[in-house]
Amino acid sequence: MTASVTIERVVHRYGPQTVLHGVSLEIGAGEYVVLLGPSGCGKTTLLSILGGFASPAEGRVLIGGRDVTRLPPARRPTTTVFQDYALFPHMTLRDNVAFGLRMAGMGRAERHARADRQLALVGLEHAGAKRPHEVSGGQRQRVALARALAVEPDVLLLDEPLGALDLKLRRAMQDELKAIQRRVGTTFVHVTHDQEEAMAIADRIVVMRAGRIEDEGTPDRIYRRPRTLFAAGFMGEMNRVPARAAGGAVQTPLGTLPVAPPGEGEAVLCLRPEALGRGGPCDLGEARLDGAAFLGTHWRVHLVPERAPDLRLVAQLPPHAAPGERLRLSVDPAEVTVFPAAAEAA
Amino acid sequence: MRALSWLYLALLYAFILLPVGALVLFSFQDGRLPVPPFQGFSLRWYADVLGDRRLMAALGHSVAVAAGSSLVACALGFLAAYGLARHALPGSALIRAVLIAPIAVSTLIVGLGLLLLVNRLGLPLSLWTAGIGHVVINLPLCFAILYAAMGDQQRSAERAARDLGASEAQVIGLVTLPMLAAPLAAAFFLSATLSWDEFIIAFLLTRFEVTLPVEIWSLLRSGLSPRLNAAGSLVFLVSVAVVVLLEILVLARRRR
Repeated sequence: MTASVTIERVVHRYGPQTVLHGVSLEIGAGEYVVLLGPSGCGKTTLLSILGGFASPAEGRVLIGGRDVTRLPPARRPTTTVFQDYALFPHMTLRDNVAFGLRMAGMGRAERHARADRQLALVGLEHAGAKRPHEVSGGQRQRVALARALAVEPDVLLLDEPLGALDLKLRRAMQDELKAIQRRVGTTFVHVTHDQEEAMAIADRIVVMRAGRIEDEGTPDRIYRRPRTLFAAGFMGEMNRVPARAAGGAVQTPLGTLPVAPPGEGEAVLCLRPEALGRGGPCDLGEARLDGAAFLGTHWRVHLVPERAPDLRLVAQLPPHAAPGERLRLSVDPAEVTVFPAAAEAA
Repeated sequence: MRALSWLYLALLYAFILLPVGALVLFSFQDGRLPVPPFQGFSLRWYADVLGDRRLMAALGHSVAVAAGSSLVACALGFLAAYGLARHALPGSALIRAVLIAPIAVSTLIVGLGLLLLVNRLGLPLSLWTAGIGHVVINLPLCFAILYAAMGDQQRSAERAARDLGASEAQVIGLVTLPMLAAPLAAAFFLSATLSWDEFIIAFLLTRFEVTLPVEIWSLLRSGLSPRLNAAGSLVFLVSVAVVVLLEILVLARRRR
């Protein structure tokens, strides 16, 4: 069971405060979309509007082409995995998972069989008779997922589902979520503020900020070619170098780069730490090492470029050799993005 | 120091329990007066009490009034708490304050007020009017207990139930009430013990059929007798039983 989702110019207000400013988004059937942004960006509100827990002041929500904007949660083809799991503490895990089927009028024997199958899907086939307080946090999380999937929703909404888990378990659950989504084919809309989590599971990431969509696209596109300075910074560590447009190129204290400038005047050049290395076609001059840490997959180093001694750059260098005291910096212009400086203030 | 604190503890318990202990002890008095010296152990006053038609009728009335008024107070308290906890109403802080305010009013005032009202309405005094009085004094308590118990965990479980297709009636019946089982039991048993022991309102608002405390009081007017001690001990026994039941049902569950 799966369906597409269309969000049309949705505006939402809490009292005098507007938290969504005309958000529009198309989500394809069977897609795994992650809404990513800092707290207060409106991502959870948008999810509540999809689930029917909040009603937008303006705009429409269509699921599978049907307008559901004014339907209550019970009558939508969506279910939600809540951040606090919201399991029913007085019921067994089996009854928790079977709850939606019971509401749909399914008989006891059949819904229990279905619930056991759902529990098996999340690796809890032997825990059906336990109660929520008898299992671990990670297991509760799986029960919440099984409960939401048991009614075969067209769209599954996940509100920071992994937020309460420790890091190791979170990484393991990310892979599992993705695998389960592939197996059931349901459209997943997942809210998080963790960009690593977003990149690990999303088919498409939607970066939000202050009630607007900043950028949307595949994880690698958003990471490597972000559309805005905010998206660039939120998706991971970034070196920012002041720059100015000069003809068809960009002038920086490190040298002139053959990159199309975003417009006239002041600009900001963004360089990912891993793009800044040795061997790119564009030379950026010598740099002095100002500290290095070995992180297993790479050396993380702080550099002081000779051409601009007041700048500090972070770079990632290959792990097999300790970095020397001095090194020559270069970059591939394809890995560089430039934004107008005015955007930073916005 | 250590001995002193033990002494203090012993004195404290003696102060609290001695009157009850004396009452129970002299209910077994083998004599006509419930005063020292203790003349020997006898169950005759219990036989007397249990064989007394009027006392037994009053006991039945007390049970009915306690159970009925507590049930009504719990139901009304639940509805008020659910409405105020789940919906943003204008002036909800004021509504909550007004609901809880009767706790601060003496039962004598509540009883007199109800007596005036009942007379004005031309209603006959009966166990029903006493029951209404007990609902009035127990409702704030039930409301406060249940309102405090409706936390965020419960709210989000209700949200999840709605999300999974439950109607409002199903949400209340399958999620809200079962999750509130312990506080509901606490509110019920607490208001039942209060109603069971309550004298002033029961005295003012009953006439021909009376509750046990009122019956005991009218016996008291004819002088001291170990019979009264026996009746009082039975009342005490029931109260203790209810409190123990409450401990087992509510507190044991919470510890889990």
